[in-house]
Amino acid sequence: MIWQNNKLWFASFFASLVPLLFLLLDVIFDNLGGNPIQALHIRLGDWSLRFLCLTLAITPIQTMTQWKGMADYRQLFGLYAFFYASLHLLVYLAVDHGFNWSLISIDIIESPYIWLGVLAYVIIFLLGITSSKWAMKKLKKNWKKLHRLVYIASVASVIHYFWQLKGNLAEPLLYLILIVLLLGFRILTWLTNQQLAKMMVPKGRDL
Amino acid sequence: MIIKTEPEISSSEITDEQVFKNRRQIIKSLVGLGVAGQISPLLANSDKTQTQVAGLKPTPVDVVKNYTNYYEFTFNKDDSTKLAQKLVIDPWSVEITGEVEKPTTFHLEDILKMQAIEERVYRFRCVEAWSMVVPWQGFSLANLLKQVQPLSSAKFVKFTSIYQPENMPNQEKKAMLNFPYVEGLRMDEAMHPLTMLAVGMYGETLPKQNGAPLRLVVPWKYGFKSIKAIVKIELLKQAPLTTWNQLAADEYGFYANVNPDVPHPRWSQNSERELGSGFFTQRRQTELFNGYGEQVASLYNDMDLRHFF
Repeated sequence: MIWQNNKLWFASFFASLVPLLFLLLDVIFDNLGGNPIQALHIRLGDWSLRFLCLTLAITPIQTMTQWKGMADYRQLFGLYAFFYASLHLLVYLAVDHGFNWSLISIDIIESPYIWLGVLAYVIIFLLGITSSKWAMKKLKKNWKKLHRLVYIASVASVIHYFWQLKGNLAEPLLYLILIVLLLGFRILTWLTNQQLAKMMVPKGRDL
Repeated sequence: MIIKTEPEISSSEITDEQVFKNRRQIIKSLVGLGVAGQISPLLANSDKTQTQVAGLKPTPVDVVKNYTNYYEFTFNKDDSTKLAQKLVIDPWSVEITGEVEKPTTFHLEDILKMQAIEERVYRFRCVEAWSMVVPWQGFSLANLLKQVQPLSSAKFVKFTSIYQPENMPNQEKKAMLNFPYVEGLRMDEAMHPLTMLAVGMYGETLPKQNGAPLRLVVPWKYGFKSIKAIVKIELLKQAPLTTWNQLAADEYGFYANVNPDVPHPRWSQNSERELGSGFFTQRRQTELFNGYGEQVASLYNDMDLRHFF
């Protein structure tokens, strides 16, 4: 399935676990500052967002380098975005709230920034469980439509990040710029394709 | 729901008078030596029973010292520890003016000489939904205000922080907030016995990042009301425009009373993370007026707390 007999792929697979390793070391050595639970939470959210950006970067890179076979990496990094987002959610539920569902439900209802996090996670979850080649075949044309939701997930996660902050907007701003660039690339490609399509049609005829 | 296990906050938080007087002697002698900035070692030992009586367990001091919002320096809570050390706090004076009989500029040393320093262990609840328990050393704001004889026309109190752009990077850059930082209280809130000016914590001189040399502490309000490094106190006829309120009036109200039932527009205020608690511990259920309702609820008897948030 997702296991590929390819050195670069394996290297990417293990490299993507390094942030988790560092995080565990910081937990063990109590290196997370005065509010370690929040720090843990933010670090996991950050990594999920980074992998999401990386996933979105694959298609533009492929277009520019003409390098075939990048789809496997898109799947790998997408699954890591899903993995870190799941840990992020688990920390929220277990580490921060000790599974106290009444506290959790009030918190979610009253916090608009969490609604966007939930939206992003639901999408990433759906994409994660339908990422295999088998699901791709099963879903046929719908697969592509479904997986376009990643654009909504990426925008929702950045706003999710922005909305919980009082100050210090520098870091989410960086992600926002990155995501705007990555989505902008797609819009540009789409527009270019429209232009090309028009040029294919002889003058005087409707498209 | 969390079942509240914390004992009610009682008036026993207030240190008994003999201890105050001893403290006062200590401060006096220190001031005499010209080391008002070094109240630390002598304050450290006598307050332990005090803390236990209050039923609030202080947060580890290292957490309190290294997790501070001080936007004049940085937007980052752990960088302010280092950056704030640049602040020059010696000499320091506080001007008290406005609707008062005797406008006065006090040198910090004179304030310390006049006021009996007492320890109060208060829960400190940030608007960002975390809280800590801090043993502060200080005195009632009312005691200082009485000295300048407020006029009956005084309805509000405006506090202003130090403006020192050469040492405060975000003041220099004019970043985000309008500096100097301004906060305000209604006169009855300012005169309330729980409202204090702190000069120390954990038996030591107040660290710079925690608001040295003189800060406000209003335990039933969100932390941003408890303005740091105060240089000016004005008694006014009308409510002052306060810093966070100016930035986002729909998010940070003038009252800013801790209230689990009035969420911030973007996040819930129903629960809080107690700093110093371990992994897998539940958040604490936030209390109305941060648990000080018995003492302060009467100030807001006929007010709609959702409207005046």
